Amino acid sequence: MSAGADSGQVVGAAEVLAGRRRVELLRRLRTGSPFGGTIGLVGVVLALAIVAVCFLGPLIYSTNQVDVDPLKAFLPPSGEHPLGTDSQGFDVLGRLMEGGRASLQIGVFAALVATVIGTLYGATAGLAGGIVDAVMMRFVDVMMSVPFLFVVLIVSTKFNSSAWSLSLILGLFSWLIPARLVRAEVLSLKTRDYVLAARSMGASGPSLVFRHLIPNSLGVVVVNITFQVADAILAVATLGFLGFGLSYPHTDWGGQLSAGVNYLLSGYWWLIYPVGLCLVAVVLAFNLIGEALRDTLDRRRTL
Amino acid sequence: MSAAADLGTVSATRVLDVRDLTVAIEAHGRRLQPVSGVSLHISAGETLGLVGESGSGKSMTGAAIMGMLPPGGTITGGSVTLGGRDLRSLSETDYRQVRGNDIAMVFQDSLTSLNPTRTIGYQIAEPVRIHRGASRKEAWERAAEVLSLVGIPRPAERLGDYPHQLSGGMRQRVMIAMALACEPKVIIADEPTTALDVTMQAQVLTLLDGLKERLGMAMILITHDMGVIAGRADRVNVMYAGRIAEAADTEDLFAAMRHPYTHDLLASIPLLDQDRSARLYSISGLPPDLSERSAGCPYASRCRRVSDACTALAPELIEHMPGHAFACWHPMPPQSSPVLVARRQANDSRHEETVEDATPPRLAVSGLVKEYDVRRGWFGASARLSAVAGVSFEIAPGQTYGLVGESGCGKSTLGRTIIGLERPTAGEIRLDGLDLEPLKGGEGRRRRRPIQMMFQDPYASLDPRLRVAAIIREPLRLAGDADRSAQDARVRDLLDAVGLPTSVLERLPHELSGGQRQRVGLARALAVHPSVLVADEPVSALDVSVRSQVLNLMKDLQADLGLTSLVISHDLAVVKYLADRIGVMYLGKLVEEGAGEDIYQAAAHPYTAGLIAAIPEPVPDVERAKPAAAVTGELPSAIDPPSGCRFRTRCPLADDICAVREPELIDLGAGHKVACHFPLRVG
Repeated sequence: MSAGADSGQVVGAAEVLAGRRRVELLRRLRTGSPFGGTIGLVGVVLALAIVAVCFLGPLIYSTNQVDVDPLKAFLPPSGEHPLGTDSQGFDVLGRLMEGGRASLQIGVFAALVATVIGTLYGATAGLAGGIVDAVMMRFVDVMMSVPFLFVVLIVSTKFNSSAWSLSLILGLFSWLIPARLVRAEVLSLKTRDYVLAARSMGASGPSLVFRHLIPNSLGVVVVNITFQVADAILAVATLGFLGFGLSYPHTDWGGQLSAGVNYLLSGYWWLIYPVGLCLVAVVLAFNLIGEALRDTLDRRRTL
Repeated sequence: MSAAADLGTVSATRVLDVRDLTVAIEAHGRRLQPVSGVSLHISAGETLGLVGESGSGKSMTGAAIMGMLPPGGTITGGSVTLGGRDLRSLSETDYRQVRGNDIAMVFQDSLTSLNPTRTIGYQIAEPVRIHRGASRKEAWERAAEVLSLVGIPRPAERLGDYPHQLSGGMRQRVMIAMALACEPKVIIADEPTTALDVTMQAQVLTLLDGLKERLGMAMILITHDMGVIAGRADRVNVMYAGRIAEAADTEDLFAAMRHPYTHDLLASIPLLDQDRSARLYSISGLPPDLSERSAGCPYASRCRRVSDACTALAPELIEHMPGHAFACWHPMPPQSSPVLVARRQANDSRHEETVEDATPPRLAVSGLVKEYDVRRGWFGASARLSAVAGVSFEIAPGQTYGLVGESGCGKSTLGRTIIGLERPTAGEIRLDGLDLEPLKGGEGRRRRRPIQMMFQDPYASLDPRLRVAAIIREPLRLAGDADRSAQDARVRDLLDAVGLPTSVLERLPHELSGGQRQRVGLARALAVHPSVLVADEPVSALDVSVRSQVLNLMKDLQADLGLTSLVISHDLAVVKYLADRIGVMYLGKLVEEGAGEDIYQAAAHPYTAGLIAAIPEPVPDVERAKPAAAVTGELPSAIDPPSGCRFRTRCPLADDICAVREPELIDLGAGHKVACHFPLRVG
């Protein structure tokens, strides 16, 4: 036991603490297992690079993505158009940024919606136990067996596809996995002594959920968010590819891919490869981050 | 260490000789040295006790001898010689020939040390097939033979059982049988009975002792329990911070100890015949961090007799008298163990129950029953497990009531029911005359707030993601009757009360030591000014030297705050130190109740008497004079408890009436109550 520090420093230390925690998390990410550390770093760098290009890129490289110009259709890559132009005469690099923005927005928002719903649902079911838990989880089982893409297709034709509506629809159909994960975690957490201690002090259900159960299952949740983002981006791409994605003048990577496929035999490779590679890279990046997070969090648990 | 540390006369029968053993472990970029220059030896038919607190290097020494150091661990110096053969020079293949064949190990936790997917017969036969090249059938026969040796009835029928079908005591016997299967020369028992109840512990220790004699093995008994050592070891090595502090014959050590650590360690153990008014001695501070090597004596920072010489240079282990070595610059004058002294003083201090007045009880439990439905198998019929079967007791304001019993007796369930974590099946719990049971929801939570709990495991009972300040503030926040700054002030007061510096406020639980965490748990329990404190095994997860610190603290706070407490523990000595009245539980029933001295000195129930006899005391003469095993057999299942008196299946006095009629709790006078048809004491 070291000698007592000045008591005054504790009061205003909230911000310092928050900062310290963030630094701790970053340090853990870097100093993870010898392999996981570098893998996680690669994922973070890749994801940051893609986000930077999509969101900051247009500031440096601005292109007209609204007005169709048939005269400029199918130009191969050149100094003026580094990745050429597509069938409508849009600059492909600019279109890539435009589509990437939409894909990332939808992916992240859908993952957040899914995680919030899933975490609350799972924690409630796990804490309640008994019949409530059984009914809630059977509902999840039923939802799991509904072909999700099919429903999304139907719903998205009913409503006008915008980035917000698409991500909401995706989110509403992908909270099942986080719900199961959080429930399993809560089932084991709720028998821990510190949860019993809080109960014995008179903590109510919501207080237990928000103060002890959710914070302690956050590890699982955070790891799952990254995989959810990757999954949602892929789902958006699938929808776009099938023609149920965003409508003109907006675009997403799936729509671009499907437009490019029409000219597969014409040798217009710049319509396929750049967007395909971007899609692979962003999904890979989020999966790597998730994997590394899982490693570090698991390791901390065994310590 | 020098050769002078070599103890006793050199004999030809010396089986195992360890000299200057030093072990280093590299993990997470840190280098620890858990064992530093340890020398020990052992002869056939001898038991060497290796005693120390956690982190003293005792288990690591055993692992080094077995050649089974954890990943990153290496022997960096010294020698290990088994029957003239240098084990350090052996290749891994050759070492495998030694392991299980010449040296065998009995592990602490029989549940994780046995493979759950193999029958016990297969597991006992395995070493025989590996080392003796025996056929499947021969090995199986040998397995039956050793199983009968460890006292398992009808061994041939048991060979096909899986570990989960056996009780804890049985599994520990199986572990011993596995170790014995190849008739090893040396057997290393690492905390062989720590996971067992005292009555079972007595049985297993007696078994180990007898086997060692019959088979002429040498045994190294590694334990933290001075009582176990006193009764079973021929010689004792006391370890501290990876070194041997004192080594002597058992009688010699207890009668004329020299090292201050040995003395302090014994002085901080609460004893059954402890004078309750005298405070336990407590060693200040914490054991040293093994990653920092200092030149001085490792005990210097906690020692009462410390001088400049101690911090400058570590004393060597020197044999000052034949057979008695110690490593200390300022040894204590040869004195008998503080335990023996306390024993002498405590005699005839038996005091009569004084408080039997008319003040209404603070907490009154009457006819409390808690049963659980358990299903056997997937579709099996459900059965009723009777955890608590009609327990009644009262605690007067400001008094401490102690509940003792072995695991499975329902004492923890009772505690959890009282604080409202479980709903009783029947019965009442009254706080200041108000029945708490019918109250539900917010009202129930508010009414139960005066009852707070201190939990057993200081590692599990604090939320790992909350800082200490938030942990202690939680009950205040839940009570919601003070603003934030008042709460902060209260948290600071509480820290002060439990003797923690304010610097721990922003730490996370994993940054604290076990003793500090338990203090945080106590501070949290006291936060809302409870009138009743329920402490479930408050110190059983702590090391001896830290345990006495926490016990003293609890006792002081109880007196200062006028708390009414319920202390639940398997350790009668702990309960007796803290409690005014004691209740003994057996299989869901309260079998005896009375003042601490009455229970200890004049136990009326055969179970209480057996329990007291089974508790190992750190006094060699007393331990050796004890009968083999006071309470025999196993705890019956609570799903189908015995009819009549629940203890009758293990009771030496049981008669026909015990199976038919359940004994009532009758008063023998002065508040000493017993539930037995044939009490050992009448009136």
